[in-house]
Amino acid sequence: MRRLMRQLLAGPYLVWIAGFIILPVGVILYYAFTTADGAFTFAHIAAIADPVHVKSILLSLKLGLSCTVVCLLLAYPLAMILSSFRFRHQSFVVFLFILPMWMNFMLRILSWRLILANSGIINALLVRLGFGPVKLLNTPATVVFGMVYDFLPFMILPIYNSMTRIKDDIIEAARDLGAGNLTILAKIIFPLTVSGIISGIIMVFVPALTSFVISDLLGGGKVLLIGNVIEQEFMQGTNWNLGSGLSVVLMIFVIASMAVMNIFDKDGGGAAVW
Amino acid sequence: MSKKLISFIDITKSYGDNIVLDELNLYVRENEFITLLGPSGCGKTTTLRILGGFETPDHGRVIFDGKDITCLPPNERNLNTVFQKYALFPHMSIAENIAFGLKIKKKSRDYIEDKIRYALKLVNLEGFGDRSVDSLSGGQQQRIAIARAIVNEPKVLLLDEPLGALDLKLRQDMQYELIRLKNELGITFVYVTHDQEEALTMSDTIVVMNQGYIQQIGTPEMIYNEPVNAFVADFIGDSNILDGIMVQDRVVSVLGVKLPCVDEGFGSNRPVDVVIRPEDVEIVAPEDGFMEGDITSVIFKGVHYELDILVNGYEWLVHTTQLYAVGQHVGIRVIPFNIQIMNKPESEDEEAVEIDA
Ligand SMILES: Nc1ncnc2c1ncn2[C@@H]1O[C@H](COP(=O)(O)OP(=O)(O)OP(=O)(O)O)[C@@H](O)[C@H]1O
Ligand SMILES: [Mg+2]
Repeated sequence: MRRLMRQLLAGPYLVWIAGFIILPVGVILYYAFTTADGAFTFAHIAAIADPVHVKSILLSLKLGLSCTVVCLLLAYPLAMILSSFRFRHQSFVVFLFILPMWMNFMLRILSWRLILANSGIINALLVRLGFGPVKLLNTPATVVFGMVYDFLPFMILPIYNSMTRIKDDIIEAARDLGAGNLTILAKIIFPLTVSGIISGIIMVFVPALTSFVISDLLGGGKVLLIGNVIEQEFMQGTNWNLGSGLSVVLMIFVIASMAVMNIFDKDGGGAAVW
Repeated sequence: MSKKLISFIDITKSYGDNIVLDELNLYVRENEFITLLGPSGCGKTTTLRILGGFETPDHGRVIFDGKDITCLPPNERNLNTVFQKYALFPHMSIAENIAFGLKIKKKSRDYIEDKIRYALKLVNLEGFGDRSVDSLSGGQQQRIAIARAIVNEPKVLLLDEPLGALDLKLRQDMQYELIRLKNELGITFVYVTHDQEEALTMSDTIVVMNQGYIQQIGTPEMIYNEPVNAFVADFIGDSNILDGIMVQDRVVSVLGVKLPCVDEGFGSNRPVDVVIRPEDVEIVAPEDGFMEGDITSVIFKGVHYELDILVNGYEWLVHTTQLYAVGQHVGIRVIPFNIQIMNKPESEDEEAVEIDA
């Protein structure tokens, strides 16, 4: 009886899982493997081999990786500084870094559009200094910049969390045994934050790989990521079948990259995002 | 006597307004097992951390083997610490934990392998090298922490309440193991505990501390039999501490009764503290004692019975191996040699003030 009650409690979640996860994925798969008149086809999956699509998925991987690497390089030292500060307002400072996450993300990107535009603040400054207007918008670098700006907190948080879990006496023990700062970083802090790093990488790389809004707004249609291609198939080309096919391929890329990361994650800290 | 290895000279340390150590002076001899003993918050850990290099004193110097090491970072000191909470590296196997210090010193692989095997044998955990830290019990982890420290062959091993988290039986076993290790390895041990029994069992020298001041330094026997003040007497074992008046040399008045004692030089009619250990009180027939009273409680303690005897409003604590009944009217007496006379502190604060040895 108690068991039955407990299973009933799981009911709403099962409905949720069925309605909002399994059903949509099923629909996507259906579209991906059928033609417009419902016949089975493999063509939409194979369409990834189209040079245009190959180019955009390679670009997506390239920009996604760049964004992840930049985020990691920025976030790791930052998280280390944040967690080593033993001052009173530590959690407030962390909160400051997280704060932008709570602001509408379109708004944040749009504001960068204005700042970086040919007539924007930065260029106004550059003109004043005699460097003439520089084309800042609509380049892959700007798209990466926007992604980093947007996703950085997702890298900082898990790394920061794993760092605060390292107890002081572990560090002191290492120092006691003769370890200098570099050894402590390499042999103690880094290994103990691997799971945080992996969570961070997944949480940044996956949205960066699939993003299309940032490249739309800061790339001005010149930077065509796989996300943009899919979006166009749905919104403009109205070829839902092709869009779904490419989505499925993208999903395979995402799952593959997460599986690769999982190999490095020995203690399962990154499992939280699976 | 072996030579002085470590000297603390006028060490003062405070956190904000809280003066934790005030002009502390202490030395440690080579191969000594020295124990810092005192109640919680008296500054034992702080003293040990200053020696380990994890804190720098506000004033004063730490001399180690003739060199001033006050400002030397921990990784450059030739001593190792066993932390209270073990502090094993959770991402490394037991063997890797033990090898950590040796790898930093760039020892050869064969040497490290040998050392790991030797250390595991020393702490009775042979074959545990490949296990993970999580899979060990508290006592086993503690022994690994000790093994990890001693493979580096430090001159001095610092231990901060290393047995605090263990149960009584395991704690006693570990006490013997530590003494054995100390004798086998010939290293100097600086040990911190607030457990007086542990201190009495293990130490060559005990340093009794209270509120940042050293109260007494001496062998376990000295500290137990001749406590210099009421604080030490009270902290080390059970005792009867009574207000007394030193009537003249060799005569002290306690609870209105004049008793012969062996102490001299306190002057006449001076108020003093009188300390009598419970096992030194003899129970005799009422007419044979120098005081008489009624037994108010009897508790069986295994080796002995613990009695409370109410005499003139003071409850004496008495240890005896004979069984008495509650309510029995008895006499008590103490031989003069077992009566300890101590100067009263002038004020409350002075209980914590440094006593000249
Ligand atoms: N990092 C610190 N910041 C502020 N105060 C501290 C700090 N470390 C210790 N203290 C204070 O110093 C005093 C002595 O602390 P210490 O840890 O040396 O005591 P202890 O004798 O080891 O006590 P215990 O037996 O409880 O471990 C305490 O009053 C404590 O509150
Ligand atoms: Mg302590």
